[in-house]
Amino acid sequence: MKIHEYQAKSILARFGVPVPRGEVAFAPAEAAEIARRLGGNVVVVKAQIHAGGRGKGGGVKLAKSPDEAEQIAKQMIGMTLVTHQTGPEGKKVSRVLVEEGLQIDRELYLSILIDRAAALPVVIASAAGGMDIEDVAAKQPEKILREHINRGTGIVPFQSRKLAFGMGLEAGPAQKLVKLLDALYKAFIETDASLIEINPLILTKSGDLLALDAKVTFDDNALYRHPDIREFRDLSEEDPLEVEASKFSLNYIRLDGNIGCMVNGAGLAMATMDIIKLAGGEPANFLDVGGGANAEQIRNAFKILMSDRNVRAVLINIFGGILRCDVLAEGVIAAVKDLGVPVPIVIRMEGTNVDQGKRMLNESGLNFTTADSMGEAAQKVVALAGAPV
Amino acid sequence: MAVLLDKNTRLIVQGLTGREGTFHAKQAAAYGTNVVGGVTPGKGGTTHESWPIFNNVHDAVKETGANVTVIFVPPQFAADAIMEAADAAIPLAVCITEGIPVVDMLKALTFMEGKPTRLVGPNCPGVISAGKAKAGIIPGHICREGRIGIVSKSGTLTYEAIHQLTREGMGQTTCIGIGGDPLIGTNFIDALRLFTADPETDAVVMIGEIGGTAEEDAADFIRREFRKPVVGFIAGQTAPPGRRMGHAGAIIAGGKGTAAEKMAALKSAGVHVVKSPADMGAKMREVLGK
Repeated sequence: MKIHEYQAKSILARFGVPVPRGEVAFAPAEAAEIARRLGGNVVVVKAQIHAGGRGKGGGVKLAKSPDEAEQIAKQMIGMTLVTHQTGPEGKKVSRVLVEEGLQIDRELYLSILIDRAAALPVVIASAAGGMDIEDVAAKQPEKILREHINRGTGIVPFQSRKLAFGMGLEAGPAQKLVKLLDALYKAFIETDASLIEINPLILTKSGDLLALDAKVTFDDNALYRHPDIREFRDLSEEDPLEVEASKFSLNYIRLDGNIGCMVNGAGLAMATMDIIKLAGGEPANFLDVGGGANAEQIRNAFKILMSDRNVRAVLINIFGGILRCDVLAEGVIAAVKDLGVPVPIVIRMEGTNVDQGKRMLNESGLNFTTADSMGEAAQKVVALAGAPV
Repeated sequence: MAVLLDKNTRLIVQGLTGREGTFHAKQAAAYGTNVVGGVTPGKGGTTHESWPIFNNVHDAVKETGANVTVIFVPPQFAADAIMEAADAAIPLAVCITEGIPVVDMLKALTFMEGKPTRLVGPNCPGVISAGKAKAGIIPGHICREGRIGIVSKSGTLTYEAIHQLTREGMGQTTCIGIGGDPLIGTNFIDALRLFTADPETDAVVMIGEIGGTAEEDAADFIRREFRKPVVGFIAGQTAPPGRRMGHAGAIIAGGKGTAAEKMAALKSAGVHVVKSPADMGAKMREVLGK
């Protein structure tokens, strides 16, 4: 699950990671009020969207007065911000973060995530802050420092010092980094984060370290035990069909094509997308109905699929382990009759009673085409869907 | 011979008294697996479907001589169940559960270090040695006894591979579902090592997915040490970056973990990589010259 920058900073602050003073504003007048409270000469107004690259896209601006902050907020709130990470359609801005301006001496990079291969948390640091870290990793890999964290000890101070001196920090800031990383690690573990990225971590002219930008994503599997973090979910940042699907516990991801897919199992669902593409078609979605391919779930799945106006044909690929194909066929027939699905449907099923299931589909009088293998199913559905729009 | 499970398997089920545990224990027994009991904290001393229930794995192992446990416990409690199995020093634990938080698995894997228990999973369909025994949810009726090993991150896509092989007249020795999570107990290399040591396994089908570097690491291993033929398929060639494709581990992050990279790495190691999931069985037939 993704959250906004201002939410990420509030979490980090809670754990003791230094962040700039600032507050979120949903209206231009609020921005002015916050700027007044912050005082000082300069504030920064930052559009809050779930994507990076906001600076270049015009989503980060300096304001020299509360009035200017209000003007900038007025321009930003309601705008569609396009960055290299949003895609050409951009994202609508509904709130801005108004923050104190700071005297930046240096920009660094800091993140913490799980290194899958090592099965350990890893802190990644670099003196090349404020830049695309993947670019740095590709062109100047020696600038990327890593410290793996032992689960029993947490991050040990000598590790933090190694990173600090490796980034060219002096003794004072190095000591501050030790405290900061301790707090960061605690935040990572205790909130069940998948990634905390601070880019840039700034060193101010007065020798303080602060997280100037923060990105935090959470382990979806752990959200059940974080009701407060669940509150941070911004549904307007998510595809409405995907939000709808998640209500039914359907794993659905919308894509660009015109062939709707309904499959049981994530690997098989990905493989089904792959084989459609290989047959010259374009999948409209990823959809894993999981182990519960019962009549109700099939009905919900059809509703979601058909809400995508691009869908010209549907491919159902279900490999039932325990699932009986006659039961599956019954569910599909009922759903199609009930909802009135207007596009051709290709069904490939395997499992117990597969012949019986196929017979039921063929005799239903509905627009079903059956297939024996995945290859045959893909070819048939591509032919039925016609050319992608 | 098969690997991990055979006729000597004595299986307990953690979570036996739950709906999933009960159903799959019965399926395992019907397949010929020697299911010897179950573990449900608080129900020790009772009987369920004529199997003895124990309060913990330690008691179950002591009383039944179990050497394998299969875990059907909800995600909030599954890591604890894994650690309990490891603490009882049972040689093999297979965890089916999907949805275990990563931090919990971090704890479990740390706990397991230095202990003799092998973990398969979590978030996997389990293990089946054709004609001998199964621990998990892989349907027995699609398998045939034979000489091909399978190692896979997927569930139903694995059934597809088994189905294709069976239809091509090539049976299986053991099928190992390693699971789709980012942190798992047994990876491709571990499974391939087991197949190296099994004289009954002539060749292996390897099914990977986008996300992480496990397939690339396996490619290195295969190039250096694995001498039996491998047919490989990577699911997710068409997956968009940055999205979690169902499985918690199936995500292209920071440009890394793409299917294309994995396919290239495996190909360069001598693996017979197929682009289409429909070609796994046919490719194996071609490779073995059958």
